[in-house]
Amino acid sequence: MAHANHTSSAAHGHGHDDGHHDPEALRMMGFWIFLITDCILFGTLFATFAVLHGSTAGGPTPSELFEMGGVIAETFILLTSSFTSGLAVLSMNRGDRKGLIGWLAVTALLGAAFIGLEVTEFVKLVDEGAAISTSAFWSAFFTLVGTHGLHVSLGLVWMISIMLQLRKRGITPVTRRKVGIVSLYWHFLDVVWIFVFTIVYLMEVM
Amino acid sequence: MARQHDEHESHGSLKSYVIGFLLSLVLTAIPLVVVLNDLMEGTPAKVLLLGSAVLQFVVQLFYFMHLKEEKKPRYNLMVLLLGIAIVLTIVAGSIWIMTYNKVA
Repeated sequence: MAHANHTSSAAHGHGHDDGHHDPEALRMMGFWIFLITDCILFGTLFATFAVLHGSTAGGPTPSELFEMGGVIAETFILLTSSFTSGLAVLSMNRGDRKGLIGWLAVTALLGAAFIGLEVTEFVKLVDEGAAISTSAFWSAFFTLVGTHGLHVSLGLVWMISIMLQLRKRGITPVTRRKVGIVSLYWHFLDVVWIFVFTIVYLMEVM
Repeated sequence: MARQHDEHESHGSLKSYVIGFLLSLVLTAIPLVVVLNDLMEGTPAKVLLLGSAVLQFVVQLFYFMHLKEEKKPRYNLMVLLLGIAIVLTIVAGSIWIMTYNKVA
C-alpha cells in the first residue's frame, strides 16, 4: 500500500481477489452509487424548499407552528440509531449473531420512535391548518420531510427482513453484505436528517 | 473467516464509532443552543448552522461510513464528489435564478 502501484493495490487485504472483483464488494459499490443518486433527489427537494420558504400565501407560518421539542427528540433519536447500527456492524465483525440482531432491533425501535414522533407532528400541523395544499411553503415542507420519513419507514421494513434472514441463515457473506448495506443506508438517512433539521427547522425558527 | 473479512466492506472500531457519535452530538448541540437562546442573528448564524451541518456530514462520512479507509482506486469518493457537485449546482443554481428572476 505504501508503494501505491495502481493496478495491484486493490489485491491487498482479501484472500480471494485474483484479478476480478469480489461480487459482494461490487454490490456494495452499486448501492453506494444509488445513495448518491438519492442525494440528488433530496438536493432537488432542498432546492425547492429553499426557493419557496417564504411563500406562505398569508397562511400559517413555520415559526408559529413548529414545536422544537419533538423535532429535537427526533434528531437525537435518529443520531443514536445511526450509532447503534454501527454497533450492529461491529457485533457482526466479531461473529456475534445475537449482538448483531439485538443492535439491529434497537436501531429499528429507535427508527420506529422517530417515525411515530414525525407522524404525530404532521397530524398536529394539519389540525392547526397547515396541510400540504395550504401554501407553497407547506407543500415544499411536507414533500421534503415526508420523503425522508418514507425512506426511514422503508428502512425499517428492510431492517426487519434482514433480521429474519439472519435468524434463519446466520452470518454468511451474503447477509454480511446486506447488513453492511442497510447500515450504510441508515447512516445516509441520518446525514439527510441533519440538513433537514438545520435548514427546515432551525433556520425557520431562527 | 471473520478475521479475513475485517479489511474490507465493514471496517471500523468501537473507538471510531464512539468518537463519531460524540462529535455528532456536540455538532448538533452547538447550533441548537445558539438558536434556542437567540445568541446570533442573520448571516453569521446561518453560516454557523450550515457549517455545523457540513462538519457533521464529514464526521459521519469518516467515522460511520469509513470513507477514508477505502482502497485505491477511490471510486466511492469520486462518485460522492460528482454527486456533491450536482447537488450544489441544483441548489445554488435554483436559489440564484429564483432570487434574481422575480417578476415584480
